[in-house]
Amino acid sequence: MGYYISGILTICLIYVISNVGLSVFTGFTGLFSLGHAAFFAVGAYTAAILTYFYNVNFYLALLAGGLMSGLVALVIGYPTLRAKLRSDYFAIATLGFGEAIRVLLENLSITQGARGLPGIANYATLPVVAAITVITVWIAVNFTHSRQGREAIAVREDFVAAEMMGINIFAVRLRSLIFSAVCGGIAGGLFAHYISFIQPSMFTSYLSTQMTASVVAGGMGSITGTVLATIIFIAIPEILRVASIWRLVAYGLLLVLIMTFRPQGLFGYRELSLGRSWKYLRENTLMRAKGRK
Amino acid sequence: MKVLELNGVTKKFGGITACKDISLSINQGQIMGLIGPNGAGKTTAFNLITGVYDVTEGTIHYEGKPITGKRPDQIVYGGISRTFQNIRLFRNLSVLDNVCIAVDRHETYPLAPALFRLPSVIRKEKAIREHAMEYLAVVGLEEKASLRADSLPYGLQRKLEIARALALKPKLLLLDEPAAGMNPEESLELSKLIRQLHEKFSLTTLLIEHHMDVIMTLCDRIFVMNFGEKLAEGTAEEIQTNPEVLKAYLGEGYKRAGN
Repeated sequence: MGYYISGILTICLIYVISNVGLSVFTGFTGLFSLGHAAFFAVGAYTAAILTYFYNVNFYLALLAGGLMSGLVALVIGYPTLRAKLRSDYFAIATLGFGEAIRVLLENLSITQGARGLPGIANYATLPVVAAITVITVWIAVNFTHSRQGREAIAVREDFVAAEMMGINIFAVRLRSLIFSAVCGGIAGGLFAHYISFIQPSMFTSYLSTQMTASVVAGGMGSITGTVLATIIFIAIPEILRVASIWRLVAYGLLLVLIMTFRPQGLFGYRELSLGRSWKYLRENTLMRAKGRK
Repeated sequence: MKVLELNGVTKKFGGITACKDISLSINQGQIMGLIGPNGAGKTTAFNLITGVYDVTEGTIHYEGKPITGKRPDQIVYGGISRTFQNIRLFRNLSVLDNVCIAVDRHETYPLAPALFRLPSVIRKEKAIREHAMEYLAVVGLEEKASLRADSLPYGLQRKLEIARALALKPKLLLLDEPAAGMNPEESLELSKLIRQLHEKFSLTTLLIEHHMDVIMTLCDRIFVMNFGEKLAEGTAEEIQTNPEVLKAYLGEGYKRAGN
C-alpha cells in the first residue's frame, strides 16, 4: 500500500476512535460538546510525555493517556453536569474548557509550551491503529446495546421521563462523558505517536467542531454513521488537497448539504446492517424489475 | 396503613401559588381520584410527590418516611411511579425497549462486563426482554413489541406508559389523565384495566381524570382541588352532591343529566 494512502487511512482511523466515543456522548446521550479536542490533547500529551521523557511502554502510555482524559472529564463534568446545564449552555461550558486546556498546554514547562514535543517515537503504525479501532468500535457498540446504553438513550429522548424511570441523569451523563474522554485520550495518544510531533495549536476548537460535525452528520445515535462520516470528512479534504484552499469550501458545503437534506444525519438513528441493506437492495431492484414487466 | 401523606404542602412559582396548604393521605390499597378544573394544581401535586418540583412549604411522607427534597430517581426506587398527562415515551425506541428501561431498575448488571458483552450479560439481557414482554402482555401490547413507540396510536401509547410504570414494580401508582382523548367506550375499557391492574399488582393508586364515569366507578375516595386549594374530599356520592363541587367543577346540571 502506498505510503500516502496508508497515512490517510491511519489518520481516519484515529479520528474514528475519538468520534465513536463522542458519538456515545452526543449521539446517544444527547449533549453537545465544543471542547472534545481537549480530551484528545490531554491523551496526546500524557502518552507522548510518558514515552518521550520516561521511556514508558507505548501501550501503557496510551492507556495512561486515556485514563488521564477520563480524569479530566470527571473534573469538568462533575460541576457542569451536576448543575443540569441545558444542552446549549453545556456546549458553551465545554468551549471554554477546551480553550483553557489548550492555553494550559501552551504554558506548562513539561509540555514545552508552544514549541511542542518533536521527535516522538513512531509506534502507531496502521495495523496497531486498526486493531485498536476495531476494539473501540466493538466496545462502543456493546455499550449502546447494554442497559447502560439504554439509560443514555432514555436521557437523550426525554430526561424528565428518564428520571421517572429511576435513572440518575447526572450519573448517566457523566458516565458517557468519561467514556468519550477515554476514547478521545487514546486517539490522542495514537495521534502523537503517528505524527511524532505535537503542539498545542493542533488542538483548537476547529478540531472539536470537526469531531461534533462528524457525529451529527453521521446520525445521532448511530455508531456506524459516525464511522462513515468521519472517514468522509477526513478523506475528502485530503483527496481535494490539489484544490488547495477550495477544499475547505467543499468541506463546508458538504456539511450544509447533509444538514439541509438529511437533518437526522446520514444514517439517522439506525445502524448500518448488512442484512437490512441486502433486503432493501433486493426489494427495490426486484420491485423495479417487476414494474417494468 | 397510610402509604402517602401530604402535610400542608404549598408550591409557589414566583407570585403564583399553584398548590396551597394541601393535606391528603391515601391508605394502602385505595384508589383515590384527584379532580378539579384545569389549572387547579393537580399535575403540580403529582410533580411535587415525584420530586420533579421542590415543595415550598410542607412535608410529604411515603410509607411513613419523609421524601421531601429527594431526587425523582430516588423516589422511584422507593416505589412510586407515574404516567404523564402529555405522553412522555422514549419515542425513537421500540415499544419493547421502552419497557426494558423500566425493567432495568430491577434487573441490573455492572458496566465492565457490559462493555465486553460477556455471556452473563447476554443471559441477563434475555431475561430483561422476557420480563418486559410480560408487562406488555398485561396491557395487551405484546404484538406491537418491535414497533417504534411513536408509531402507536394515541390510546395504545397511554397503555404503553402504564406498562412502563408497572415494570418499575411500584407500590403507589400515579396516573395523570390516563383516559384523556378517549371515547366513552374506550374509557370504560380503561377503567376495567386499571381496576384489574390495581388488584393484580396490589397497588395503591392516585388518579387524575376528567372523565367522571371513570372516577365515579373506580375511586374509593375523591379529592377535589380548585385554584390550588382543597375544595372537598369524600366518597363518590358525597362529592356528587356537594354543592361547592357542583358549582366549581361538575356543574349544576350534573345530577339532573342523570349521571
